[in-house]
Amino acid sequence: MRPFEEVVEEHGAVVLRVCRALLGATSVRDAAHDAWSETFLAALRAYPDLRPDSDVRAWLVTIAHNKAIDQLRSAGRAPLPTEHLPERPTHDQAATPDEALLSALAALPPKQRGAVAARYLADCSYAQVAALLECSEAAARRSASDGIAALRRTYDGGTRR
Amino acid sequence: MSPDSTTRRTVDALAAALDAPDDLVAMRGRLAVDAERAGLIDVAYDVVASPHGDLLLAATPAGVVRVAFALEGHDAVLAQLAATISPRILRAPARLAAAARQLDEYFAGRRETIDVPVDLRLVQGFRREVLEHLRTIEPGRTESYAEVARAAGRPAAVRAVGSACSHNPVPLVVPCHRVVRSDGTLGQYLGGTDVKAALLALEAAA
Repeated sequence: MRPFEEVVEEHGAVVLRVCRALLGATSVRDAAHDAWSETFLAALRAYPDLRPDSDVRAWLVTIAHNKAIDQLRSAGRAPLPTEHLPERPTHDQAATPDEALLSALAALPPKQRGAVAARYLADCSYAQVAALLECSEAAARRSASDGIAALRRTYDGGTRR
Repeated sequence: MSPDSTTRRTVDALAAALDAPDDLVAMRGRLAVDAERAGLIDVAYDVVASPHGDLLLAATPAGVVRVAFALEGHDAVLAQLAATISPRILRAPARLAAAARQLDEYFAGRRETIDVPVDLRLVQGFRREVLEHLRTIEPGRTESYAEVARAAGRPAAVRAVGSACSHNPVPLVVPCHRVVRSDGTLGQYLGGTDVKAALLALEAAA
């Protein structure tokens, strides 16, 4: 098995991306940071028992997804404070294309947000996304595709202004 | 524009908006501290600068278990530690702080020996007896491989002493550089013969 430091080096950025996608990139950054730390602490604890043929990134993304859900539950709140949420995804209310994208991501239904994060930000397979979201592979495909379509519309609109 | 290329550009933009490389550096530092506090680091390591190139220092909770010159390949050494001790390895400088500071003082000529807890679990049998004896050789002095073999109770095992020295997992901390050939020439060293000469010169000057 590789030294755990190499695992952090290789996957730390992707896991942070996923945590921030699930918990918000700005307004609740601390929650995303906490989820990232808890993910790697839990992973370090379990690492010697991980099967050698495991997909380490998918394993980390699954832990991160669960830690993010824990964060949301313990805070008893919606994914993002509502004052930062537009009524619906629209670039008109955001200052930059980046902010518009992040707002649109935050406005997605949780399943779609989770599917987009795992599939498009962490490159997980649909089978892995399905396992993560505890749904069928077809449903995982649908969630990822609906989610990314909404973001695509926001991004396309935002950059063409 | 095709949906695929728009998707790619959307994902790239989203990833860029979510990335926080500066935060990541701080978070990795905090992870090392939290993991140490939780007792989850089986091998902590750090890489420190020295007059003889970067040194890898690694320690278990029992003590310093490995010191490696760049010549050995630090990645290879860490992979070896993962295989022989545990893959729960993190760069966690706090555990190596005392060793790093003492090595600094040693190279600056302000200290003669590195006095930190040592974990010799990577060494067994006669090799271990040899290393135990090496710790008793005073700074500024040398012994020949034959003298060490006699002191360790196996006068005929001169070659085995050489092998114990060349496989010393904790050079500098256990001073295998103080063992030289009977004819006065230096003999091999893990960090290179020139480093061995420099260390002996440093200790002779002190």
